[in-house]
Amino acid sequence: MRTTLRRRLIIPAALATVTGLALVGCTGDIAAEDAADVDCSLYEDYGTFDGEEVTVSGTIVETEADRLINSWSDFATCTDIEISYQGTRDFEATIAQLAEGGNAPDVGIVPQPGLVQLLAQNGYLEPAPAEVEANMDEFWTEDWKGYGTVDGTFYGAPMLASVKGYIWYSPSEFEENGWEIPTTLDELTALTAQIQSDTGRTPWCAGMESGEATGWPGTDWIEDYVLRLHGPDVYDQWVTHEIPFNDPRIVEAFDAAGEYLKNPDYIDTQSLISTPFQEGGLPILDGNCSLHHQASFYEVNFQDAGAEVAEDGDVFAFLMPPVEAGGDLQVTGGGETVVAFRSSPAITAVLQHISSGTFAELRVAEGGTVSANNAVDPTSASSPLLEQTIEILQDPNTTFRYDGSDLMPGAVGSNSFWAGIVDWLSGDSSQQVVDTIESSWPS
Amino acid sequence: MTTADLIGKIIQVLGGVAIFAAVVGLILFLVDRAPKRSRDFIQLAAFVAPALVLLVGGLIYPALRTTLLAFFNRTGDWVGLDNFIWAFTQPDALRTLLNTVIWVVLVPLLSTAFGLAYAVFIDKSRGEKFFKALVFMPMAISFVGAGIIWRFVYDFKSQGRDQIGLLNAIVVGFGGDPVQWVQVSPLNTFLLIVVMVWIQTGFAMVILSAAIKGIPTEQIEAAQLDGTNAWQRFTNVTVPGIRSSLVVVITTISIATLKVFDIVRTMTAGNFDTSVVANEMYTQAFRANEPGRGAALAVILFVMVLPIVIYNVRVLRKQKEIR
Repeated sequence: MRTTLRRRLIIPAALATVTGLALVGCTGDIAAEDAADVDCSLYEDYGTFDGEEVTVSGTIVETEADRLINSWSDFATCTDIEISYQGTRDFEATIAQLAEGGNAPDVGIVPQPGLVQLLAQNGYLEPAPAEVEANMDEFWTEDWKGYGTVDGTFYGAPMLASVKGYIWYSPSEFEENGWEIPTTLDELTALTAQIQSDTGRTPWCAGMESGEATGWPGTDWIEDYVLRLHGPDVYDQWVTHEIPFNDPRIVEAFDAAGEYLKNPDYIDTQSLISTPFQEGGLPILDGNCSLHHQASFYEVNFQDAGAEVAEDGDVFAFLMPPVEAGGDLQVTGGGETVVAFRSSPAITAVLQHISSGTFAELRVAEGGTVSANNAVDPTSASSPLLEQTIEILQDPNTTFRYDGSDLMPGAVGSNSFWAGIVDWLSGDSSQQVVDTIESSWPS
Repeated sequence: MTTADLIGKIIQVLGGVAIFAAVVGLILFLVDRAPKRSRDFIQLAAFVAPALVLLVGGLIYPALRTTLLAFFNRTGDWVGLDNFIWAFTQPDALRTLLNTVIWVVLVPLLSTAFGLAYAVFIDKSRGEKFFKALVFMPMAISFVGAGIIWRFVYDFKSQGRDQIGLLNAIVVGFGGDPVQWVQVSPLNTFLLIVVMVWIQTGFAMVILSAAIKGIPTEQIEAAQLDGTNAWQRFTNVTVPGIRSSLVVVITTISIATLKVFDIVRTMTAGNFDTSVVANEMYTQAFRANEPGRGAALAVILFVMVLPIVIYNVRVLRKQKEIR
C-alpha cells in the first residue's frame, strides 16, 4: 500500500517539476530581431522601453495580420517594445464585453466608428495622446478626424482604408463592344441598357450572400446613392439620425439602386441574395456579366481567381460616377480606428507610430491595402488599382464619407439595415423597408 | 510563430494539465488523510465544493447578472421593462417568438413519433442493429455540420444553371422550375425543422427502442392471448409501458429545440423570417451591440424552458415514489 501510494505521488510530482522547469526555461528563448540589423534612425525619438509589452487586437487575421506585424516589427525592435498582436474575427462582437470586464487589450483596431462611439460613451477608451492628434492633423483630412472623435474628444487615428463604390468591368470587353466608361449616373443607366441590348443577358453581376451579414453589399449601393444624389450634408444627417431613415430622399436612393438591383433584365434577381459575395463578380472573367459594384478590396478575389487587375488587364474598376460630370469626387469607404483602452508611455509610442507617415508607407508597401495617410507615396501601392485608390483618397477635392452602416448604431448598421436589404431584394417596397429600419433605430 | 513558440505553447498546455493533476492528487491525498472524526464531512465537502463553485460562478451568478442586464440599455442606463416591451411588440421580434413556438411544437412531436414508429417496426427484425445505426448516425453530426449539409441540399441556382442542390436537382429533373427553398417564408422554417427532426429522431429511436425491450414479454403474450390486434397491443401495452421514457425523450428534445441556434445561424442566419429566440439573442447581444435586448431574450428563453424542466423533474420524482 505505502509503496504504491508513493509511486502514485511521485509521478505527478515529477511531471509537475519537469514542466515547471520547462516553463521557466521556455520564456524568452525566442530569438529577437537584432537591433543592429535594423536602421533605427527613424525611431530614435520614441526612446526605448525595456521589453515592455503592448497588446493589440483587431479583426485583421491571416496574411493581412502577418503584413501588419511586419510593418511594425522594426519599430518594435528599435524601441524594445514587445507588441503582441491577436487577431480575431469576433473582435467586434466581443470587445465591448472584454472592455467591461477589464480584459480589453491595450490597443484595439476597431473597424467601425459606430463601435468606437459606443466604447467611448461607456468610458472604456482613453483619449488619444497629443502626439497622435498632431499626426492626425498633419497626415489626414478633417473628414477622417471626425470619425475618431466622439462628443468633441478625439480618441484615435485611422490606420488603413478602402474605397467603396467601385464598379468592376472587363477592359477588353468594353473595347471590343465600343462601350465607354460612364461619367454620370445617367450614362451608367444608358450603358446598362446598351449592354443588355448588345449581349441579351444581364449586365450586372450578383452576389450578396455573406453568412449572417447577408445583404451588406446592398447597403453600399444605398450609401453611394445617398451621397451622390443628395450630397455629404444629407449623408451625415442620415447616418447620425438627424433625418429619419424613412426620409423621402433615402427612399429615392433605394429606388435609384432598385433600378438595377430589382430589375430582372439587369441583374439575376433570383440568385442575388443566395450567391456568396466573394463569387459575385467573378463571372465577369467568363463574360457572363459585365459590371459589378464592390469595394476596392474585391481586387484580392480577382487575383485569387488568376485574373490580372489592371487598366489593360483582365479586369479593372471605375468609380461609381457622380450625378453630373466633372466636379468634386464623392466616395464612400471604410477603414479602422486605432484606439487605446489604457495609457502608458509605451502605448503612446505604439499609437504614435501607427498614426505616422512612416508606418503607413511601410504598411502600404507590404501590399494588399491602402491608407488615407497623405504621407504615403501612391507609387508604393502594390497594384494599379490601389495606386489609383490612394490618389483618390489624397485628392483634396475628394469628399470622403465613411461607410454609413459602420457609422450607425449596431442595431441598425449591422443588423436591421442588412436584414432590410434582404427583405427589399425579396420583394418588399422601398418605403416598407425604410419604415422597418427606422423603427429599429435605438433611442 | 516560430518553432520555439510552438514548442513553448505545447509545453504550456502539458504543464497546465500536469499542474491540474498534481493539485487534484494533492487534495485527494489530503482528504484521505483527514482526521477520522470529521472525515465524512471533509470528504463530502472536498468532492462537492468544486461542483458547487463552478455552479455558482458559472451558472447562478451569470444567470442573475443576465437578468439584471435585461433592464439596462447599451450605454448602461436603467430602462425598466423597455427591452421586454421591445421583444413583444417589434414585428421582427414577434416573428422570432412565433417561430420558436412552431419549432418547439413540431420538433419533439415529429422526432418522437418517427423515432417511436421506427423503433417499433424494426424491433426484433433481422438486421436491427444496422437499421438502428442508420438512423442514429445523424446524432453524431454537429448541428453546424448538419446545417451545412442541408444548406447544400436546399441550394438554389437560378434557372438554366447547374443545380448543385439535391432538392432542386430533383425538381428540375422532373421538369419543374428551381425553388428558392430557404428564402420562401414560411416554408423555410419547416425546412429547417426537418434538419432538427433528422438529427433528433435517432435519439428518440434509441431511447424508446431500449424502453420497448424493457416491457415484460408476459404482458405482451397475455394481451395476445386475449385476442388483441397489433394496434391495440401498441396503444394499451407498449405505450403505457414506455411512458416514462416518452416523457424524458419529449422533454429533452423540447429543451434542445428551444435552444436551437446553430442550425438557424448556419443556414439562414435568421434572415427570411426564420429567426428563433436563441439566434436573435446572439444577434442582439453581440452583433447589434444591444446586450440589454439580448439579455431580455435570454430571460424569455429561460422562462420558456423552466416549465418543461419542472415537469420533467416532477415526473421523475413520481416514478421514484412508485418504486
